[in-house]
Amino acid sequence: MIGNWLDIGPVTQIEPGTARTLPVVGGEEIAVFHTMRGEFFAMVNACPHKQGPLSQGIIHGDVVACPLHNWNISLRSGKALGGDEGCVPTIPLRVDAGRIYLKRSAVVAPRAQDADANAKAA
Amino acid sequence: MNAPVNFEANGRSPGQRQRLVVIGNGMAGCRAVEEILARDGDRFDVTIFGAEPRVNYNRIMLSPVLAGEKSFDEIVINGQDWYDDNAITLVSGDRVDHINREAKTVVAASGRIEPYDKLLIATGSDPFIIPVPGKDLEGVVTFRDLDDVDKMLAAAEAGKANGGGDAVVIGGGLLGLEAAHGLSLRGMKVTVVHLMPTLMERQLDEAAGWLLKTELERRGQTILTGANTKQILGADGKVAGIELADGTKVKADIVVMAAGIRPATGLAAAAGLDVERGILVDDHMVTSDPDILAVGECVQHRGLCYGLVAPLWDMCRSLADYVTETPSGFEGTVTSTKLKVSGIDLFSAGDFSGAPGPNGELCEDIVMRDAARGQYKRVVVRDGKLVGAVLYGDTADGNWYFDLMRSEADISDIREALIFGQAFASGGARLDPSAAVAALSDDAEICGCNGVSKGKVLSCIEGGAHSVDAVRATCKASASCGQCTGLVETLLTLSLGSEVESGPKTMCKCTSFRHAEVRELILEKGLREIPQIMQELHWTTPDGCSSCRPALNYYLLCAWPGEYEDDQKSRFVNERMHANIQKDGTYSVVPRMWGGLTNPRELRAIADVVEKFNAPMVKVTGGQRLDIFGIKKEDLPAVWADLNAAGMVSGHAYGKSLRTVKTCVGSDWCRFGTQDSTGLGVKIEQMTWGSWMPHKFKIAVSGCPRNCAEATIKDFGVVCVDSGYELHVGGNGGIKVRATDLLCKVATEEEALEHCAAFIQLYREQAWYLERTAPWIERVGLDTVKAALFDDPETIGRLAARFRYAQQFMQDDPWAKRAAGERADLHNHIATVRPLELEVVQ
Ligand SMILES: Cc1cc2nc3c(=O)[nH]c(=O)nc-3n(C[C@H](O)[C@H](O)[C@H](O)COP(=O)(O)OP(=O)(O)OC[C@H]3O[C@@H](n4cnc5c(N)ncnc54)[C@H](O)[C@@H]3O)c2cc1C
Ligand code: HEM
Ligand code: SF4
Ligand code: FES
Repeated sequence: MIGNWLDIGPVTQIEPGTARTLPVVGGEEIAVFHTMRGEFFAMVNACPHKQGPLSQGIIHGDVVACPLHNWNISLRSGKALGGDEGCVPTIPLRVDAGRIYLKRSAVVAPRAQDADANAKAA
Repeated sequence: MNAPVNFEANGRSPGQRQRLVVIGNGMAGCRAVEEILARDGDRFDVTIFGAEPRVNYNRIMLSPVLAGEKSFDEIVINGQDWYDDNAITLVSGDRVDHINREAKTVVAASGRIEPYDKLLIATGSDPFIIPVPGKDLEGVVTFRDLDDVDKMLAAAEAGKANGGGDAVVIGGGLLGLEAAHGLSLRGMKVTVVHLMPTLMERQLDEAAGWLLKTELERRGQTILTGANTKQILGADGKVAGIELADGTKVKADIVVMAAGIRPATGLAAAAGLDVERGILVDDHMVTSDPDILAVGECVQHRGLCYGLVAPLWDMCRSLADYVTETPSGFEGTVTSTKLKVSGIDLFSAGDFSGAPGPNGELCEDIVMRDAARGQYKRVVVRDGKLVGAVLYGDTADGNWYFDLMRSEADISDIREALIFGQAFASGGARLDPSAAVAALSDDAEICGCNGVSKGKVLSCIEGGAHSVDAVRATCKASASCGQCTGLVETLLTLSLGSEVESGPKTMCKCTSFRHAEVRELILEKGLREIPQIMQELHWTTPDGCSSCRPALNYYLLCAWPGEYEDDQKSRFVNERMHANIQKDGTYSVVPRMWGGLTNPRELRAIADVVEKFNAPMVKVTGGQRLDIFGIKKEDLPAVWADLNAAGMVSGHAYGKSLRTVKTCVGSDWCRFGTQDSTGLGVKIEQMTWGSWMPHKFKIAVSGCPRNCAEATIKDFGVVCVDSGYELHVGGNGGIKVRATDLLCKVATEEEALEHCAAFIQLYREQAWYLERTAPWIERVGLDTVKAALFDDPETIGRLAARFRYAQQFMQDDPWAKRAAGERADLHNHIATVRPLELEVVQ
């Protein structure tokens, strides 16, 4: 069980309303978000528009507004909202006893994971 | 006391009955036994082990016991007679240490061994003790059972001798706030320390949390939100206080840990049962061992652990149905919460996180606020169903909403009226709110603030007021708190149909107010925090959006200098990071060069930074300074430290704030120069740097009308002439070039500085957020600006004084603070992952 989940540290390291980053050597940087309502989310730190670092956007509700051109991205689904189209791969995350865990397989290959999930959904 | 003693009424003899052993004499354990007995009194011989040395009582009523509103006797659910009457063996004050599944026995601390046919685990939860230094000191208590209450009462009693004593409660959830309330009624001075920015954030949103916080503060409690406990301080092995991560210390004679609970799964895990967060059970409360059942807070059912009693009762019912061979099955349930603090009405239920449904159905918030009554209501609708509700101030409709949620009723037909509550929504003809408004009599009051009747609004509309704005201007309806804007809009539609003119745009979709109105109301009502504005001005969203939050943050900063604490969450990335984000996610860094002057030391420092951090480009900006590109966010503090060391501060090239003061060389060198334009530019920049504005603000000073510094396309431009200084305003070089308007001419440098400060302050106080000086002046007219500055000869001095007052709080280099380690979390990565070993390198 624990083996599938990567402990990335305590919840207190991310202030509510902000996000922090987790570079993956040889892979894509991950952004971990803490919303004002106290929820945590993780996804690839690159906007589907032009790869803007989503970790630096303003977080409102469960949406982050990309810092570069203000696309709104759902933290839950990774999907661009409103009229914009695109999707960021999300990383399954859980919080247990004050610590944040990310799904290992998704950390290494977030896009493969996503393709899997999409294949299942289809 | 070992074997059951009382079997008169038994249909089956003791030998035929199964032995049911229950671990946990709490709420779920005893309720499960009650439910089983109600279905079949003969099936089991029951033995209940309880670690607590007392009979079964109502744990949730410990809060009123602490508050002095109830005694322990009043909260007992089942007294000793219940155990006796039902031939139940109660083994109290004896903790079960071990389950032997092979032998089918449990072993208690006293050494007692009890065989079972069926075992029921109902061990509840353990308080979560945050792992900080000092957690084991005497005086650190939890809030779970009667012993804890006794400890708190003892502390309050001891405190009486010295004026009440101090209590710190760690955790601002339901439990923590009830502890705080009780302790404060018992005379202690209470501080609640809560990690999250919002109290009870699992049940409340920011808006309701703010109302709750304000009320608790009014009652004398100190509420610290966003506060991370670093350690508990002790003296002589006893608690003396706590220290927060930011260094704040709070005195305490007692510290109550109410930071959450964890299902008590130790026994089950040691016995090899399947355990995740809680003990895994199926819909019949059966664990991975068919002879072992579990109920209550210790279980995890379909991925969920519950911390409230209502779902536990449902669990107990399906457990009893199952063991008496009429299985029903528990399917999980939504929960609702009320805070048991007298005088505070608060209700929350369901899911209000805004999560889309299983097929991606989006949520919609309906918000109603009544500032006069201190009320806030929010319901969340998804796919035609009510999925969540938060009520503060008026909870009368809580149960109705909760029923709608549980029954998953289709509410599409009453959607418009839903927020007004059951009485309104089920009022037959009044289902359609516009019909309800049409049915109102002419003297019905529409606007409570200004006492405007429906008749008055209608005659106003007949008289030509064809927009909300025009109505506001003519009869004042909806001009104060805005709550009746909806009613006024309905009246407009009823009278004019599609003729209604939409007024000038409101600030954003969250409010019916425009920028100017919000600014005025902030001052008029003395609003000092973002959630307060949203409540008092009836925002229609729970926590605003990325348009209104930065605007409100600026308006508050401008209205209450030195008092208002800048809300970083409401800042765009550049202002939060104090650098300009580039398209590749790196940042550019522009140190201030006063008036465009520099020296070898600064240039050397910049050159060193460029080499040290491999900056791919350095560019001279149009603002007469150097821009270093390609800096990574984690390197920014180090870059700033190096620049600070050479005496340079932030250039605010990233802010809605003063950018640069561009100068020409002026009379010191230039053969045409009339005044010391460079010197004046430096003085102006030193006076104005660091100030936040509605938008970016650029200044230039030219030494003669040849105007090499391009002062006539700046927000504030000075053109020096032989007889003094021409002051120009409202220029812009952007997409739409606009040359400045001449504001006035002054004779001395001092006057030029004074007028500059006054003009900036007028702009800061009157323009809308994201409005440059050029559109501002075009909107209000140059004459209005001149009149505002010059009609009263005292105004310039007053505005300039207000600007200087505000500046004393602003001229504090943000880079230096970051370089010294402030908000390192915004710059550093959490860690790096190396996929080969998949290790987190901290
Ligand atoms: C102060 C307070 C206020 C609350 N207010 C509310 C409220 O307003 N609304 C609401 O819905 N809920 C409220 N709750 C939560 C509610 O009390 C719990 O959800 C409920 O008590 C859980 O029942 P349980 O039987 O699972 O656990 P418990 O009632 O805790 O019972 C577990 C029992 O098992 C015993 N035990 C544990 N391990 C062993 C062992 N190894 N051997 C023997 N005995 C053992 C414990 O001593 C305890 O007595 C409140 C809780 C507290 C503490
Ligand atoms: C409306 C369009 C404009 C936009 C969106 C814009 C945007 C910006 C941005 C983002 C920067 C910061 C660059 C960085 O440091 O990374 C900047 C700097 C600058 N811009 Fe513009 N700009 C606009 C128009 C203008 C015009 C018309 C002028 C001059 C006539 C101008 C002059 C400057 C100068 C001088 C700087 C450097 C500022 C400094 O040194 O602090 N800009 N601009
Ligand atoms: S503006 Fe006039 S004084 Fe300044 S450099 Fe140009 S010519 Fe010289
Ligand atoms: S890169 Fe995110 S909006 Fe353009």
